[in-house]
Amino acid sequence: MESEGALNNQREQTAICFKAFMLKNSTKSNLNLYDHLARLLTKVMDERPENVVDVIEDMSREVKQGLLQDKQSTLRDMPLAPAAQLLAEQQRLLFSRRGGDDGDQEEELVETPLPNVSELGFFLEQAGVGLGREEMLKVFLALKQLVDSQPLVRCRLWGKILGIEGNYLVAECEYREGEEEEEGNEETVEDEERDGEPRDDDEEADVVEVIDTLPRSTFKPPPVVPKEDNRTGVNKFTYFVCREPGLPWVRLPTVTPTQITAARHIRKFFTGRLDAPIISYPPFPGNEANYLRAQIARISAGTQVSPLGFYQFAEEEGEEEEEGARDSFEENPDFEGIPVPEMAESLSTWVHHVQHILQQGRCVWVNLADKPEDDFEEEADEEEKEEEPDEPEPEVGPPLLTPLSEDAETTNTPPWSAKMSSTLISQFAIAVLRSNLWPGAYTYASGKKFENIYIGWGLKFAGEGYIPTVPLMPQREYPSGPEITEALDPGLGEEQALKAALEEQKAAQEETEGLGEDEEEEEEEDD
Amino acid sequence: MDSNTLYYSLDLVSGSGLTLSSEQKAALQTSLVILKRNNKFNRILFWGKILGIKGDYFIAQGVSEDEMTDKKSLYSFNCVDWHLLPPATEAMLAEVSAAAKGRFVGDPSHEYEHTEIRRQGEGDEAVEEEIMIKVKEEKRLASTVHTIDKEVSVVPRGAFIKSPHGLVQTNRSFEGLSSLEAGKLSCFLHFTEPQKLKKKSILEMADLNPSIDFLDPLSEDIPKGSWSLQFERGSTVCVIRSMLWLGLTFFHVPMTPQHGYIYMGDGLKNLDLPFML
Repeated sequence: MESEGALNNQREQTAICFKAFMLKNSTKSNLNLYDHLARLLTKVMDERPENVVDVIEDMSREVKQGLLQDKQSTLRDMPLAPAAQLLAEQQRLLFSRRGGDDGDQEEELVETPLPNVSELGFFLEQAGVGLGREEMLKVFLALKQLVDSQPLVRCRLWGKILGIEGNYLVAECEYREGEEEEEGNEETVEDEERDGEPRDDDEEADVVEVIDTLPRSTFKPPPVVPKEDNRTGVNKFTYFVCREPGLPWVRLPTVTPTQITAARHIRKFFTGRLDAPIISYPPFPGNEANYLRAQIARISAGTQVSPLGFYQFAEEEGEEEEEGARDSFEENPDFEGIPVPEMAESLSTWVHHVQHILQQGRCVWVNLADKPEDDFEEEADEEEKEEEPDEPEPEVGPPLLTPLSEDAETTNTPPWSAKMSSTLISQFAIAVLRSNLWPGAYTYASGKKFENIYIGWGLKFAGEGYIPTVPLMPQREYPSGPEITEALDPGLGEEQALKAALEEQKAAQEETEGLGEDEEEEEEEDD
Repeated sequence: MDSNTLYYSLDLVSGSGLTLSSEQKAALQTSLVILKRNNKFNRILFWGKILGIKGDYFIAQGVSEDEMTDKKSLYSFNCVDWHLLPPATEAMLAEVSAAAKGRFVGDPSHEYEHTEIRRQGEGDEAVEEEIMIKVKEEKRLASTVHTIDKEVSVVPRGAFIKSPHGLVQTNRSFEGLSSLEAGKLSCFLHFTEPQKLKKKSILEMADLNPSIDFLDPLSEDIPKGSWSLQFERGSTVCVIRSMLWLGLTFFHVPMTPQHGYIYMGDGLKNLDLPFML
């Protein structure tokens, strides 16, 4: 009994010693093991994690770090990143309602230019495309903000273009008649009228002056194709972009044919900043806003489709012999809707409803060889100043409302893929069309409703690979002529022969002169 | 991305444009669970979708012990019936890169053909043989999935740890990157065998923690700019998109352990990348 008691005593004493040892504060961190273990075990008791023995070291480190952070919390502030805060505040404005008097009027309007984006979001989700429900709602509110701030008659969500640093949300709008504002200073490429007369002879004559001027370049850039007017062809709609829903909408400039032709030759990602320069070969005339607008135009022309019969041509039978393609259409009030399985099966039930862009970069071909119809209209027909032999052939594209089955196949891939959204519940499925030429362009149709959208990088499918355009050959600096062409120096024999010939000539000349003088003397003597 | 978190994670990556329809999500919910049990996987991931001309492939991956090497890929057309993909070998990769060009067709038994004229023998005795290489689309699918994982799979730094035995496992103490760290590409790592790690100088290695930093960071990829890092949804989600394989999207919610990546695209590498930056 006593030995047990003594043993217990001894154990107790060792325990007390050890506890004292554990309570000793560390010289470096002023913590002691006893308190640390107590805190750690309390934490394990509270949290009871799985397989705690595997993570006990991490927990121990966290407890130690937790102590340090407590002491510094009065000094360190952990604010939300300022960019995030700004965005959140701007997006909060989306959710605020406007003043009372405006609200009543809007409810009375029968036709609102706002599309039903929630419905669009639902259908797109069935198709497997979309931005997520909450994001679509924010986009909806942002579109409402756009419609409230600009006088628009129609507004549609065109889609989203992804970029490296930021993305663009694009809305396609049409202004009300007469409400359109003038663009200011948007022209980056000036339209110059150039005479077709070749002026080579005059130039060379000018060069021969007392002071040697530098040779003038004989390069004449090809004539600039004039851009299409607003509300026609490529510029039929106005586009607004914004980076995130809630940020202000920026209007994109109208697009010129040179920009479209240049965009066809380059392949660049978007950065997300509208004023970023596009560094490429062939040089793109404009900055990212112009490039974006050109790509939007190309994508719209290539992928905006509708079910056959939804649109029909306006019933003006008077002018059937127009030069250009018919470019206006209206909704068909008698459209009944094509059954969904049929739409998913055959491509001829879909038609393009945006005009095709010609090689020139416009929808309506313009003959550049025509003289501008100014004052010399009378002379132009009579005099032939043009030295170009052939008149350029007019470019023709497929007319409006052509079915998709006529689309050309490139690089062995069919240009479109169609399918139904669901095979399990096919009564209520929708038909989904996906473009293989412009990855990211989707269209859905269900009964009388259809919609197009583009969500992607804004690039065409390249097939095998992109081969960049090779720069042009460097131009000849000087027009070749006898002054600069090299000739062989004459050898010794030739020089002597030439000298002998010259002496003979001189001698012959002196003889004839001498004879002439004798004749004159004789004449004088006669008188 | 992990199948447990599929339903809310899909919303986070849908900024890229592609998402799943509600029917497909519902089908995945049931079939992935069954798949996990049948094949005795530790975790099952929905890897993504490869778009073909006639049909789309849905790909899932099951992970057993080691997160990096023990992966099996499966494909399906309707998210219900899954088929195992053959593991990708060097020979298969070489065959596929020679023969398969253009978009995926959507039919796993479709054969791509490629004829090569090889010379055998030397000098005058050279014999020209026409060798036809045929590759089935299934193999192309397997090698594409393998290549994408090898080149552009992304994880945040600290999410996985390497045990002293060499096993790569999820780090249960990972609490997420801070908002500041999530804005830097160097905090995200490639989830494959490291290529450049051994070439680092000792000075650089001194700052690294060998249990966490056993992978290559994204910031060292050539060409620079082949990754796009953005904050979406009001700066609550960090989304990284690859420019090399268009369609790969990685998301991470800072200060939480939620992360994942998904590939939704046509399965073609963007070889024009240097021209496009």
